[in-house]
Amino acid sequence: MTSLLETRQLSKSFGALVVTSDVDFRLETGARHALIGPNGAGKTTLINLITGRLQPSRGNILIAGEDVTSTSQAARVKRGLGRTFQINMLFRELTVLENVVMTVSEHRGRAGDMFRYAFSRRDIVAEAYELLERLRLGEDALRKVREIAYGRQRLVEIAIALALKPKVLLLDEPAAGVPSAESQLILDVMAELPPDIAVLIIEHDMDLVMRFAQRITVLVQGAVLTEGTPAEVMADPRVREVYLGEHHHG
Amino acid sequence: MVLPLPLTRSKPTAESPVEFMARSHRLRWYELLPWVVAAGAFLVYPSYLALGAQVMIMVLFALSLDLIMGYAGIVTLGHAAFFGVGAYTAGLLAVHGWGEPISALFVSAAVAGVVGAISGYIVLRTTGLTLLMLTLAVVSMLNEAANKAGSITGGADGLQGITLQPLLGLFRFDLYGRVAYIYCALVLFAVWLLVRLLVHSPFGRSLTGVRENLVRMHAIGAPVHRRMVTAYAIGAALAGIAGALQAQTTQFVALNVMSFDLSGAVLIMLILGGVGRLYGAFLGAPLYMVAQDMLSRLDPVYWFFWIGLLLVMVVMFARGGVLGVGDVIWHRLKK
Amino acid sequence: MSQILPAIVSILFHGVAYAMILYVVSVGLSVTMGLMGFANLAHGVFAMFGGYITVNLMNDYGVPFLPALVVAVVVVAAASVVLERLLYAKLYNAGEIEQVLFTIGLIFMSIAVTKFLWGPSPQHLTLPDSLKGEIQILGRSFPTYRAFIIVLGCVIAFSLWAAIERTRFGARIRASVDNRRMAKSVGINTDRLFSLSFALGSGLAALGGGVGAEILAIHPAYAIEHLVYFLIVVSVGGMGSIRGPFLAALLLGVSDTACKYLFPEIGAFFIYVALFAALLWRPAGLFGRA
Ligand SMILES: Nc1ncnc2c1ncn2[C@@H]1O[C@H](COP(=O)(O)OP(=O)(O)OP(=O)(O)O)[C@@H](O)[C@H]1O
Ligand SMILES: [Mg+2]
Repeated sequence: MTSLLETRQLSKSFGALVVTSDVDFRLETGARHALIGPNGAGKTTLINLITGRLQPSRGNILIAGEDVTSTSQAARVKRGLGRTFQINMLFRELTVLENVVMTVSEHRGRAGDMFRYAFSRRDIVAEAYELLERLRLGEDALRKVREIAYGRQRLVEIAIALALKPKVLLLDEPAAGVPSAESQLILDVMAELPPDIAVLIIEHDMDLVMRFAQRITVLVQGAVLTEGTPAEVMADPRVREVYLGEHHHG
Repeated sequence: MVLPLPLTRSKPTAESPVEFMARSHRLRWYELLPWVVAAGAFLVYPSYLALGAQVMIMVLFALSLDLIMGYAGIVTLGHAAFFGVGAYTAGLLAVHGWGEPISALFVSAAVAGVVGAISGYIVLRTTGLTLLMLTLAVVSMLNEAANKAGSITGGADGLQGITLQPLLGLFRFDLYGRVAYIYCALVLFAVWLLVRLLVHSPFGRSLTGVRENLVRMHAIGAPVHRRMVTAYAIGAALAGIAGALQAQTTQFVALNVMSFDLSGAVLIMLILGGVGRLYGAFLGAPLYMVAQDMLSRLDPVYWFFWIGLLLVMVVMFARGGVLGVGDVIWHRLKK
Repeated sequence: MSQILPAIVSILFHGVAYAMILYVVSVGLSVTMGLMGFANLAHGVFAMFGGYITVNLMNDYGVPFLPALVVAVVVVAAASVVLERLLYAKLYNAGEIEQVLFTIGLIFMSIAVTKFLWGPSPQHLTLPDSLKGEIQILGRSFPTYRAFIIVLGCVIAFSLWAAIERTRFGARIRASVDNRRMAKSVGINTDRLFSLSFALGSGLAALGGGVGAEILAIHPAYAIEHLVYFLIVVSVGGMGSIRGPFLAALLLGVSDTACKYLFPEIGAFFIYVALFAALLWRPAGLFGRA
């Protein structure tokens, strides 16, 4: 059986530091999967390897059964990979709407067009704006990203990823740094994600993980410690040990 | 006044954002000012038309750099390479009997564009200091080539003997430079229309994306390298047109058209006017050339000192150039 | 056979001497680039002033060669710290465009200043008698001056290597090159570190400018004329490394000398073509850490 996303013995070292070691991981259509682990466990690195931002030292990455290990990031996006970043990666000087319009144009293969005005494509702008309204960002559409609240900037991260209509969505701590009053918005958005896409979420907040995830993978020092349903994982004594000794951020 | 596109809106209005965006690229009155000035100068200063043509050529050259540096964010020390390629192409065509000016412009643009595409493909794989070095290496290499191939290019003495047919078969290039002035103005106008369309097109916006956040561009699946090479090649072709105009209107190509000095000069023009604003070139190039004219008349040797000092001051105190300072004042006044 | 060997030896000898000058001048640029991420195109200006000061102390004031060099190095290093604190430091977090334009501005100003002080023509270094003649190595004679440069270059390269690898100052530099924020958070005073290494780099450049005045002629456009070569050494060598620029300088110095000797007409092109090929193959430099 082929999974939507699969890694085989994926490994990465920076010099002598091993940050990912022999990770075998699968994600199926419709999955709600959480990746947890202490700071520096290599969670972000794993996402970077999957999306092609980093090249693995060893191992393979497959999307729908096809090996994409040596393809560009763009090629993987085309195959349905979308991601958010732990630390905002937005066009801060552009408006919220433009951030999303740029993404929609790219997704439709129209971003290389030269001989018409970008915003005269009402269909593209409208699609972007509808997405923003769906994420309750409509009011901020015409404001510069850097001028809106941090929590709302996190939503723009998600909006951009969704604008790519991904089959696999990789969320790197979507609520990181958001005051808890505002984090409800992000939770709502996550609850409304299209049911047929596979979602992998990195998150430190265990409440959120337990509410959202059907399966959990625990990563420690670059290697998979265990994987299972939330109940299984929480019952695992090794997980308790890792987390009891740790003081991790929320 | 966020030149040239005001895309932000502070107060909500009844108009939907989609409609607001759709009319954002309409022409504004101040965008026509350069052309009013150009027409006025033609009537008021008939004895300065040769200088006027030179200024417009430099505006075109700086505009081509704005596409590469201001929009795509590629810092280059070698933009003069393409100006030089265009100048030599047009010059050699004319010397060897192809005296029709407009078709020669197209050929020059094509040759410079191809050189831009090839060198861009290589140099744009690198970043930072290495990229700066490679762009500089391209100019140095072409300069060396033109110097060594003296039998073809005239070497250090420059390329002479350029004769042109009348423009459109009707208008002879006259001694007062009237035809040359109008010719340059029309070409600049056409190029401006093109660049204005380009920077507001999806392609142009994605160049802005490349400049603003490379990581994000990769993550939304943009073919970043291809976009940058395309922009670089287009900028090179437009610089080639500027070079060709220079060769045609002065009927001479000096070896120093391909030099660090000219690459540096065009950078300075752009930074003086304002980078990435489309109209920086229209302010910066005339300012630079007028300043050069005045300062080097005061003491030609030390012109470099003043321009260097000006550059340091702009970087330290007036980042956005004239347009940037205008922006700040505008925002203060609005409050 | 009897023709070829001397030619090779001669190319190597002159090439290595040339390489040493390129290295001593450029290594500071590699450090500022690696450490502060600053694209300092004006680095050659420090070398040029080193050259001017050395030559003029000797020619106009009769100062002997070595003291003249020392004065040049100290003056340039001190002046560079002032510049660094007052101007460069303000641009560490600015964009590349700003850094490039600022340093081009400095280059232009230096052209005018040197023209004003010393005129437009190249300056000639009068070598001390001890460095004038020739020395015999393996039955062949070589100019003493170039042999001196080679020895000096090697000594500097080795001392730098030892300083970076073996001292606390060096450890701090290495830590900051790897990760500036981390270095700051473990209590390294990065401001002082930057100033010190900037001074060291400019001082070395001044030394290279003074010692190498016979090889890279001192004139107002010095900083522009040799800019490409300084940048090649740093780019091919890899930023922020000591060994990389040394190897890169050797490669460049020897192949440039060889090409110009063997194919005087088209020699320069080989260098550029090789350069493009090398960086197409390894964009981060040939000798840098990946
Ligand atoms: N480019 C890099 N060069 C060297 N080391 C790196 C690099 N990127 C990450 N690391 C190291 O790899 C390890 C894993 O980092 P990573 O960001 O993947 O952890 P994480 O699990 O996402 O942690 P957090 O919960 O803090 O986000 C860390 O020790 C980090 O310092
Ligand atoms: Mg992380």
